[in-house]
Amino acid sequence: MKTSYFVMLLFLSVAVVSLTAWDKPEKDDLPTTGDPTKSRAALGAMLKVLKHQRCMNCHPTDDRPRQGDDAHAHLFNVQRGTDNKGLAAMRCVACHQTENNKQSNVPGAPHWQLAPKSMGWMGLSDEQIAANLIDKSKNGNRSLDQLMEHMTRDPLVQWAWQPGEGRTVPPVSQKDFHEAVRTWIENGAVIK
Amino acid sequence: MQLTFEINNQSHTVEVPEDMPLLWVIRDVLRLKGTKFGCGQAMCGACTVQVDGDAIRSCSYAAKFAQGKKVTTIEALANEEKLHPVQQAWLDERVPQCGYCQPGFIMATKSLLEKIPNPSEDEINDNITNICRCGTYHRMRKAIHRAVELQQKSKL
Ligand code: FES
Ligand code: FES
Repeated sequence: MKTSYFVMLLFLSVAVVSLTAWDKPEKDDLPTTGDPTKSRAALGAMLKVLKHQRCMNCHPTDDRPRQGDDAHAHLFNVQRGTDNKGLAAMRCVACHQTENNKQSNVPGAPHWQLAPKSMGWMGLSDEQIAANLIDKSKNGNRSLDQLMEHMTRDPLVQWAWQPGEGRTVPPVSQKDFHEAVRTWIENGAVIK
Repeated sequence: MQLTFEINNQSHTVEVPEDMPLLWVIRDVLRLKGTKFGCGQAMCGACTVQVDGDAIRSCSYAAKFAQGKKVTTIEALANEEKLHPVQQAWLDERVPQCGYCQPGFIMATKSLLEKIPNPSEDEINDNITNICRCGTYHRMRKAIHRAVELQQKSKL
């Protein structure tokens, strides 16, 4: 009797805890207001950028950065390393600094590195990419606000529109991309 | 710009354009000719030096980024009495042919062994990616293993 009372109590407290969590959505939970159609259209524009090689080349799902619009494996056997910034004696910083190099035309931007593997997009469907963007276990524990900040402010992301001579830029302008990110999030961050 | 940095344990202040490659500062301003120019595009590694311990391709490193940093070039490796273990190993295995690429390889190897004192074949392949037009790779690999031995002995 005592045991069943205890189990019942346990069950109730779990129920209360989950109810509390449900009742009080975190500030960062997906907005339920807004227009999903608008969000979907904005996602379409965003994906044109995210899937462009300037972005995709550094978001691999394996350990090799890519180069060029043909996404060939980075020359010189360059690899991710344990901190996404290269191997022990082949660090990204061996060649890439915080801005494009005017002499060698080697690209550069602040914190030049590969996106962590959990943020790899290569080979993923549009829906999977979108789902991963808002999944905190995969997006570097970013809230939607932080995700917006990352996509619209991070200088390494913004580098895609100033990649240096001879490199193509995403087919959506920087300004329109920022607008698309905002619209996507404000209207519910739909994933398909 | 006025660039103040440490090179081979000596502090220097030089007046140079901020985007001048560090390689030009080293070779043409400070007249240290051991570091070589190969491709100028961060591809061959002939210009490798260490900046704060990391192997850097100095042809693709704007002078301004060296401000306040510690740069090491091939000239700092040996002293009057003794070669650096990597240099000694290079000599023991008679690595160079024309020799042009070798300072870069030696600096890259020094950097590797400071971070991985006993690298595997894979770690050598992955970390030493310089180019030697004379194809001395086989002897270099032997010399890297020899340098590991020499470093281990010198620690005994
Ligand atoms: S000269 Fe710097 S990498 Fe070739
Ligand atoms: S020894 Fe001649 S290029 Fe390497």
